Amino acid sequence: AVTRKRALGPYDTSEPVTSYQAMTTYNNFYEFGLGKDDPSRNAGSLRTRPWTIKIDGEVRRPQTVDIDTLQSWFPLEDRVYRMRCVEAWSMVMPWMGFPLAALIRRLEPTGKAKYVKFTTLQDPKQMPGQRSGVLDWPYVEALRLDEALHPLAFMAVGLDGKILPNQNGAPLRLVIPWKYGFKNIKSIVRISLVSERPKTTWALAAPDEYGFYANVNPAVDHPRWSQATERRIGEVARRKTLPFNGYADAVAGLYKGLDLRRNF
Amino acid sequence: MYVGGFLPALILLGDALSGLLGADPIKRATHQTGQLAIILLLLSLACTPLRLLTGWTWPARVRKALGLLAFGYAALHFGIYLFDQNILLLAVGEDIVKRPFITVGFLALLLLAPLAWTSTRASVKRLGFQRWTRLHRLVYLAAALGALHYWWGVKQDRTVPTLLAAGLLGLLLLRLVKRAAKKPATRPTSSG
Repeated sequence: AVTRKRALGPYDTSEPVTSYQAMTTYNNFYEFGLGKDDPSRNAGSLRTRPWTIKIDGEVRRPQTVDIDTLQSWFPLEDRVYRMRCVEAWSMVMPWMGFPLAALIRRLEPTGKAKYVKFTTLQDPKQMPGQRSGVLDWPYVEALRLDEALHPLAFMAVGLDGKILPNQNGAPLRLVIPWKYGFKNIKSIVRISLVSERPKTTWALAAPDEYGFYANVNPAVDHPRWSQATERRIGEVARRKTLPFNGYADAVAGLYKGLDLRRNF
Repeated sequence: MYVGGFLPALILLGDALSGLLGADPIKRATHQTGQLAIILLLLSLACTPLRLLTGWTWPARVRKALGLLAFGYAALHFGIYLFDQNILLLAVGEDIVKRPFITVGFLALLLLAPLAWTSTRASVKRLGFQRWTRLHRLVYLAAALGALHYWWGVKQDRTVPTLLAAGLLGLLLLRLVKRAAKKPATRPTSSG
């Protein structure tokens, strides 16, 4: 990876960035296969231009917008975030993109908007993994509106100073660093502001294993494995997992009064 | 036989040393040894039905080696898991007690241990054939627990674990059919 010198921002981690090779060949993106190396091998079939995103629901400005237009609305920022997969491995990833809050404010949510729902492209011709019934396609994820407006919540269009590789969710993906990786929905084609909590893909597939919130929490185990530790990719010994993936100071306030054991 | 059986372990070691196991080599090594263990165990269970169906004698001769190799890979699988937990025995103990997925895998390994221990001809003599046979029936339970462990361990796509479980079920059914067919006949007085 190219070393890019720049001052770290208030949300950046100074931990060493994971190798570009690992970030782009060790991926969970079931639309391109179940193996970790399947997405990097198969995602070449995804056409990311032209690409439009439909914006609808409880917004004053519903519209369908081209990705290049949407990207031009905001100055691009760098963010170096930890990424913790629900499978108990983690990386440090240098994203490029814009805050989700900036996008949502521009769309002007109505008073009825309580959740933001994201949908991935559904096209088995471009996404061969969708020919299998391993998940209910298309992939859907959602955030509470206040979570989506948090300054850490990010929309990525680039990785390590380069345009986002297809296997990492090109052309537009969500990055919520205090939640498990599966919340970070990839290749987004639709963003809807809604009043009811949407049914999300992994929570539907295995409700006892994957919750709506999916906040990184070392105290709440996955039924089949411990979440107390994780392996940082590139390291041998496991390290302790931190509450909210180390972002507790910034985000714990969002969940005041919520039983995190039940709302996992 | 053993040379062939150790080959996957050598390849695994070579891959690990040359960085061919991908971004999370420990996880990959855990998966591969576990998969090898359950496949070898199933193959060892297939020996007797294969001999009876075909009349060949070679399956009986490789059965013991397959069983021992299965135990070897299961032990290696457990060893890598121990290493991965930083050999924190407290964490491992908690895992075994708290997580049924780990419990059944550990039980399968425990059940295989006495079978590996008594795999010698001398052990058969010492225990007597009938008691030895009864003891070694534990292999069915171990295989079933191993298959369950595998099935639970997979995140979403259960194709391979399902195929293995189906194979195991098929082998068990074959034995039940054989036993049912045998019943009306007079029981042989001597064992063996």
